[in-house]
Amino acid sequence: MTKPMGSHRTANGGRIDRSRPLSFMFDGVTYGGFAGDTLASALLANGVHLVGRSFKYHRPRGVLTAGADEPNALVQLERGARTEPNLRATQVELYQGLVATSVNAWPSLTHDLGAVNQLLSRFFVAGFYYKTFMRPKVLWDRVYEPFLRRMAGLGRAPELPDPDIYDKMHVHCDVLVVGAGPAGLAAALAAGRTGARVILMDEQAEAGGSLLSSAESLDGKPAPDWVADALAELASLPAVRVLQRTSVFGYYDQNFLCAVERRTDHLGPGARPGLSRQRLWHVRAARVVLATGAHERPLVFADNDRPGVMQASAVATYVRRFGVRLGSRAVIFTTNDSAYDAVDALLAAGIGIAAVVDSRPDPGPRAEAARAAGVVVHAGCVVAATHGTRRITGVEVRGCEGGVLAPAGLRLSCDLLAISGGWSPAVHLFSQSQGRVRWDEAKLCFVPGEAAQAQTSAGACNGTFGLGAVLAEGLAAGASAAHLAGFGDGAVPATPAVAEVAAAPGDALWLVPGLKPLGRAGKHFVDFQNDVTAFDIRLAAREGFESVEHVKRYTTNGMATDQGKTSNVNGLAILADTLGRAIPEVGTTTFRAPYTPVTFGVMAGRDLGEMLDPVRTTPIHAWHVARGALFEDVGQWKRPWYFPLAGEDMHAAVRREAKAVRDGLGVLDASTLGKIEIRGRDAGVFLDRIYTNLFSKLGIGRCRYGLMCKEDGMVFDDGVTARLGPDHYYMTTTTGGAARVLDWLEDYLQTEWPDLEVYCTSVTEQWSTIAVSGPRARDLLADLAPGMAVDPESFPFLSMREGMVAGLAARVFRISFTGELSYEINVPSHLGLAMWQAVMAAGARHGITPYGTETMHLLRAEKGFIIIGQETDGTVTPLDLGMDWIVSKQKDFVGKRSLTRSDTARADRKRLVGLLPEDEGEVLPEGAQLVEMAGGTPPVPMLGHVTSSYWSPNLGRSFALALIKGGPERLGQIVFAPLAGGRTVKARIVEPVFLDREGSRQNG
Amino acid sequence: MLLISCPHCGPCDETEFHCGGEAHVARPHDPAALDDAAWGAFIFMRNNPKGQFNERWVHAAGCRRWFNMVRDTVTHRILAVYPMGSRPPAGLGHLGAAVVEDAQ
Amino acid sequence: MADVLINPVADRLSPLELLRVTLAAASDPSQVAIRELPFLCQIALRGSPGNTLFMAAVQKALGLDLPVKAGSVVLAGSVRALWLGPDEWLVVAPDGAAPALLSALAAALEGVHAQAVDVSANRTVIALEGPRAAEVLAKGLTLDLHPRAFGPGRVTQTILARAAVILEQTGEAPAYRLYVRNSFATYLASWLMDAAAEYRLPPLC
Repeated sequence: MTKPMGSHRTANGGRIDRSRPLSFMFDGVTYGGFAGDTLASALLANGVHLVGRSFKYHRPRGVLTAGADEPNALVQLERGARTEPNLRATQVELYQGLVATSVNAWPSLTHDLGAVNQLLSRFFVAGFYYKTFMRPKVLWDRVYEPFLRRMAGLGRAPELPDPDIYDKMHVHCDVLVVGAGPAGLAAALAAGRTGARVILMDEQAEAGGSLLSSAESLDGKPAPDWVADALAELASLPAVRVLQRTSVFGYYDQNFLCAVERRTDHLGPGARPGLSRQRLWHVRAARVVLATGAHERPLVFADNDRPGVMQASAVATYVRRFGVRLGSRAVIFTTNDSAYDAVDALLAAGIGIAAVVDSRPDPGPRAEAARAAGVVVHAGCVVAATHGTRRITGVEVRGCEGGVLAPAGLRLSCDLLAISGGWSPAVHLFSQSQGRVRWDEAKLCFVPGEAAQAQTSAGACNGTFGLGAVLAEGLAAGASAAHLAGFGDGAVPATPAVAEVAAAPGDALWLVPGLKPLGRAGKHFVDFQNDVTAFDIRLAAREGFESVEHVKRYTTNGMATDQGKTSNVNGLAILADTLGRAIPEVGTTTFRAPYTPVTFGVMAGRDLGEMLDPVRTTPIHAWHVARGALFEDVGQWKRPWYFPLAGEDMHAAVRREAKAVRDGLGVLDASTLGKIEIRGRDAGVFLDRIYTNLFSKLGIGRCRYGLMCKEDGMVFDDGVTARLGPDHYYMTTTTGGAARVLDWLEDYLQTEWPDLEVYCTSVTEQWSTIAVSGPRARDLLADLAPGMAVDPESFPFLSMREGMVAGLAARVFRISFTGELSYEINVPSHLGLAMWQAVMAAGARHGITPYGTETMHLLRAEKGFIIIGQETDGTVTPLDLGMDWIVSKQKDFVGKRSLTRSDTARADRKRLVGLLPEDEGEVLPEGAQLVEMAGGTPPVPMLGHVTSSYWSPNLGRSFALALIKGGPERLGQIVFAPLAGGRTVKARIVEPVFLDREGSRQNG
Repeated sequence: MLLISCPHCGPCDETEFHCGGEAHVARPHDPAALDDAAWGAFIFMRNNPKGQFNERWVHAAGCRRWFNMVRDTVTHRILAVYPMGSRPPAGLGHLGAAVVEDAQ
Repeated sequence: MADVLINPVADRLSPLELLRVTLAAASDPSQVAIRELPFLCQIALRGSPGNTLFMAAVQKALGLDLPVKAGSVVLAGSVRALWLGPDEWLVVAPDGAAPALLSALAAALEGVHAQAVDVSANRTVIALEGPRAAEVLAKGLTLDLHPRAFGPGRVTQTILARAAVILEQTGEAPAYRLYVRNSFATYLASWLMDAAAEYRLPPLC
């Protein structure tokens, strides 16, 4: 279906480009618009006022505003992977081929089945979720929730991956100005002229804010011309940056603000492949000037939500800025002067005005001017009811005095009702910055109180209205911000000359009486998006809710996607009136980020897929990949898990690798181990304090295994440390512990023992570590290092040698994590791959077999060697692990005192034991809980859990390590592991060493 | 996101720092001389004030130096940054009774 | 076993050697260029700047006064000293310089509380140059690189995207060096290429 080009346009004027027509589709109908339109302005220019259905009652709704505060005109933009729900049509820039549908309408906007909810509306009062859908519970899952989701869902989330890219940018400045209306432009000019780094961010497509739809002149120039000149000057200042289509949505600590820039949305989907669609800006500003303007408040009267009811300021904007003929006959209903701008705009556009309904008995000079122009002004009157369904057709006007309607009035027909209930400064960002707002009884609005950060509010967001005052405040704020940031002398530039407009005070009219009592006929909407009425707020107060935060949650007032930009103050005022209190006594709700909704895509930025987290690989990685290794994630590292041959599964590969190490020769890439060089006169003393065992007496060229505890006595890390010289040690840590151990050492050296002369430097990635293990390891080393004496006397267990290996200077450590004869060959990591290849070549005649972490874990478990993070979890002491032999009785060390605390010395602590499942083929799951008896009535007392579990080709059976209460006293006893699925596995408690208890194999 | 002034590197984003908890909790010089309650207090008991709090921080991703800081836990305002081993500026911070004073 | 003798120079593999061609293809000197500077000599140096013996010994061994101002770099010929912390520096010199510098340091620092460790293979260096280089970095760096806040002769340790780096500005152009641990080099190079990709496209207007 195609409709002709929009005919509801003024003859000329506006900021749309009439030479660039665009076509777009809304709810399946194709319409025409112009470049420079928003989706809302283009729809209105086509006479489309019905743009959505309300959330709860599915009432027909039209465009209420022309900006970020829009509660009604929510659309689902585009289709498929790029579809995006709940965008405000007032902020969507029109592009060729745009496709949008309304939300909350099912099956269609004009025939909405949910509108039956209106008939049931007495059941949908405040708290209806809590009251209606509680019981029975079974109906919640099957009926209520699916129904509510269908009926109430605000649009649909895309179901396909987002094809667009998003990115982030960090930026710093002396002065950040938020908002490029008159105050923001003035502030940016004043700050920019000082040479300060100024960033001006504005959410709209073009700068100017209210000036773009203003009929006023500045220094004799039409407002839009003044804007153009200001932008030209800003562009000439090299330290000033202006970002349009950029919404500052969050204000955090120490002047850290977040903004989202819509870079390509206005060009249409996929228009600029390779460029980020949206960008998240992280701004750190020395000073912030908030110039975020104000939101016009709707009036709360009966059936105030009909399509064709619109904020007066939006009426002026659509007529002047977008050249839209909004209707043929308008009524203006106001409590204040600002709506007379809409009167002027309508008059200039030749749109008929039925009357102005001004609640003030004596509306003042603006009304007189309107009367002089031939407009009928009904002073001291209100709109008491409206008519029409899909479009307003008329209003009932009544006199109103002291909250009481006159018994009779007149009916005016109209197709447009412009309303103004005053203005609410956009204090959202100020409130997010932890500033407190205060109620200004003269201005009838919340205004910023004292700034909580290095920040100033200027213009309408500060409660300053009137162009001259706004400009002056902006200039002063900009000059002062720059000065405080170290630029300029703070002198304020002269304010542009603007015509003074005589003004009269506004009227505090929060709830307009209807023709019948509240709740009986007609709905007085407060929150249009969440369908909260004045009656709901009254009801909540009657039911005992007095705190504004409670009323907000109970009624959901202000909790929709617009966060109550149009409803908060009206709701608060009605609550205050109901409770018989003043507005400041009732308080205000706190505003939280984001100011307007932000896409998940831009939050993620480029941190997706492979860039979600760094993948760390060793210098030998390419070889492992070529060899077909499967990898295990160890923190950010990829370590070879096992190296399957053709046709092998993991079990077969590990069986082969494990046999090879025990019977011949295996090789492991151990490069990920943490490595720390420790140097200084007190290095030995330091190590004595941080390890549970003694290192100061270690011989030069010798190595020792050590355990570290935290002060609470719990095992923290382990590893082998070698002494390279009198004041020189080389420490190794676990792979995962490398960074935290170094940080921990630095912590003690800097804060507890600054008197110790010790320096630590990480060399984790300086060295590649190649561990060769197995009975043939010595033969291999002899082949590779003919100049090195490798006989057991010259190169004993737990010692290290420096020498030439395969032509390279290497450090070789004779230590063993498998229990076999082992050497760890360390070379600078640039040569790690070359050394690995040399080891493989030299090892060929010994049948060398590369093995991965799974085999490593199996082999060490056969020996009962612990792994930090597997046998330990931060609650395990060295004594729990049966490692008393490594805990010095003589010296103090970190955590020692804790080992004798009553809790750590308990006899029934979980302690390390071995387990042999009765079924030798049964491999217990790691983490399985262990109990004393099979069966029994829960709760069954827990004895402990399995920490490591494998099937061993060397033992020919399964085995496990476990932490069991009083474990060593239970040797020989049977425990049970109840598994998921109801099966129970029986196992016998044994010593946690399964192979070579004498330790002879490590000697070769 | 706090902006923290490292005493060496100047203002940097919070992401470069780690917090080490309450400051001025020195390791006892002779742990063996303490009874369980006193040792337990040293390990586990910390202040958690609403308002000014003395904390240890380390510029973990920067110069790796530890320093002390007075931060207001309500407003997140940073009131002072001062070196390890020194006392907080006069009138700032919250040194509670459970704090074991640095004997140095 | 002559067949497995390794040549300590020719058989080296730098962390980004396998990405060399990819990096070149992703580079556009008129916007931003990315390349690896492999095998630079790097020595981690610890000592107290308040210890005149230490400062004099380093002066003697390296021919330069170590920078004591936070975040500064001192150059002497082909040797540069980067301030990493109040008692920590990275000495950077051309490939092959490490053995001579280390023995000079060892001799001069005899009996002085200090530490000098060869870390030439611990990190590799990525050079990032061109008019867009600062903008590329700003996508993942919380620091201010504006000429008023940073510039040639400045160095800092920080986090770029999700990798810890030492960032040194070497030229006005601007030109930067990123010292990154080997295991993070592939990630960081990929991240930089991704961040730089948009500058090969026509700009938004």
